[in-house]
Amino acid sequence: MTLDSSLAVLVAPFVGMVSSPIFFAEVVVGGLMTGVMYAMVALGFVLIFKASGVFNFAQGVMVLFAALTLVGLMEHGLPVWLALVITTVVMIGLAFAIERVVLRPLVNQPPFTLLMATIGLTFFLEGLGELVWGSNVKKLNLGIPEAPVDVGGMLLNQFDLVAAVTAATLVAVLAFLSQKTSIGRALRAVADDHQAATAVGIPLQTIWVTVWSVAGIVALVGGIMWGAKSGVQFSLSLIALKALPVLILGGLTSIPGAIVGGLIIGVGEKIAEVYWGPLVGGAIENWFAYMLALVFLLFRPQGLFGEEIIERV
Amino acid sequence: MLYREAGQFKATYRQDQAIFPVVQDRVGVATLLGVAYVVVPLVANEYWLQAILIPFLISSLAALGLNLLTGYAGQVSLGTGGFMAVGAYTAYKMTTAFPGLNIVLIFLLSGLVAAAIGLVFGIPSLRIKGLYLAVATLAAQFFLMWLFNRAPWFYNYNPSGTITAPPRRFLGLMVTGPEATAAVRYLVALSFVVVFALVAKNLVRSEIGRTWMAIRDMDVAAEIIGIRPLTTKLTAFAVSSFYCGVAGALVLFLYLGSVETLAFDINVSFQVLFMIIIGGLGSILGSIIGAAFITIVPIFLTNAPRVVGLNVPVDLSKNIEAIIFGGLILFFLIVEPQGLARLWQIGKEKLRRWPFPY
Repeated sequence: MTLDSSLAVLVAPFVGMVSSPIFFAEVVVGGLMTGVMYAMVALGFVLIFKASGVFNFAQGVMVLFAALTLVGLMEHGLPVWLALVITTVVMIGLAFAIERVVLRPLVNQPPFTLLMATIGLTFFLEGLGELVWGSNVKKLNLGIPEAPVDVGGMLLNQFDLVAAVTAATLVAVLAFLSQKTSIGRALRAVADDHQAATAVGIPLQTIWVTVWSVAGIVALVGGIMWGAKSGVQFSLSLIALKALPVLILGGLTSIPGAIVGGLIIGVGEKIAEVYWGPLVGGAIENWFAYMLALVFLLFRPQGLFGEEIIERV
Repeated sequence: MLYREAGQFKATYRQDQAIFPVVQDRVGVATLLGVAYVVVPLVANEYWLQAILIPFLISSLAALGLNLLTGYAGQVSLGTGGFMAVGAYTAYKMTTAFPGLNIVLIFLLSGLVAAAIGLVFGIPSLRIKGLYLAVATLAAQFFLMWLFNRAPWFYNYNPSGTITAPPRRFLGLMVTGPEATAAVRYLVALSFVVVFALVAKNLVRSEIGRTWMAIRDMDVAAEIIGIRPLTTKLTAFAVSSFYCGVAGALVLFLYLGSVETLAFDINVSFQVLFMIIIGGLGSILGSIIGAAFITIVPIFLTNAPRVVGLNVPVDLSKNIEAIIFGGLILFFLIVEPQGLARLWQIGKEKLRRWPFPY
């Protein structure tokens, strides 16, 4: 590598960061905001993985399905609150159906069979959602102003702020539910040890239905945010692929991990795209998150906050 | 009554170690090969060869590769599409740079290049396991796709960004390019699958296969009894990527003729994973049955309404197809989580005892 190109890769981006701190701060905050959105999708994964050990690949398509249902209902003239209620009911019904049809017969199967089952579920829900609601791009208007606001010299998008507040509220509610309510304690018990939890009389199947319902509602919130940001369309299910590196970076079993992982990935991705992207022809957002997660994992194979993996022979 | 090995005694170690120890199996396989090599090219029409049999054969090659890695060595990879792309692009670069080189040699060489890339992306498997590894291998998939899209060198600065298989001969016959007949391409693909399946079968019942399985079953225990995780995991990644690379080269040269990176995207990786899960993890036969299932079901679903006489609009039928396909996958996973190969095995056991129930 010549001196010039190594300068361009190793020095120039940092010079750029230092010379215009406001722009850099804007990039970082923008990244944080995207990270929050990733975290909202990753949260659903973590909830399900903790309680039932299922790596739910269908979370992304659940986001799409929830958003499609909501928008579809609103297009039929229902008021927002009614559409929200009906969509929530639909997601809970979906959780019941999944538990009964998919999870119960597959109990005690290796994690990969379960993963593949959720991929099968992905196809199914994709087809179903588009069959019922059509496949054209839909707009979801929440009435949140898009105009940027000035915070300490930085221009921030109001919508992003609303998303961040929503995500924070969601996490706070989830934390409250899991710490203070009996169903939350039961959830944590099941996550800790399935057998011991059943032994003290916690009904496993009810817990699964609950956790899939909660994940469905989280998917709905994520779907509303993403749908309002980029329109409700098929590509929404692809954000699952963006949530995966967030997950493994944060640790599959940790809710704070999903949030911190989301923020790290969001910021890292933005910085890399803005400062290093042009050097290699751009569009590195697609794989950079994975590489970042991969490098992290080499040092901490269980992710940042994941449970330490202890192996015995 | 027909399928019974009574009276077939094994007198030598050679016989004991035969791949098909039962005479009926040998006859069956020989018949199948005879049909595949002689009858099918004579009987099947262009559509059958091009739309069903060639993609089926190439998919089974990729599925074989992934099954060696996932089913036998226990390392899950979602980067299959990426490794196939490496094979395809290497084969294209090599055959355009050295037009005189034998095309079969090029396929094998591009497999080797894919193996080298697979080796590099297999390194994290030494640290990361299970689902974490599965997600980490997606890095290979996305990075390779991006690379082949962004670096024009790989597609020879072609403005359309696609790579096209140039016409090449093998044994005097046109095997690739627009003039190659479907029958010839089918036979080449078939030969690859037969040879590679045989090699895979022998690999997994030799020392290397046994070390793979030991690592799969419990890597800590395997390490304690003296199996090196480094060499074992990395050979699994290399061999698997070799298979996938050759399969990718075949996709370009024998099946599609002209591809862009879209032909190897993440869905391909999932599809190959479906094949081995539906077919049966850790089974050579399972890879092939799974490939047949995943290739043929969508074609069947697309054509079924038309055959019955229903006229369904395209977008509607596409969605229904997705629903049925997803439903079938769930159904098979629930009914037989061990895969279709297991059903075949159960069937054989039943056949041995027939007409008695047990």
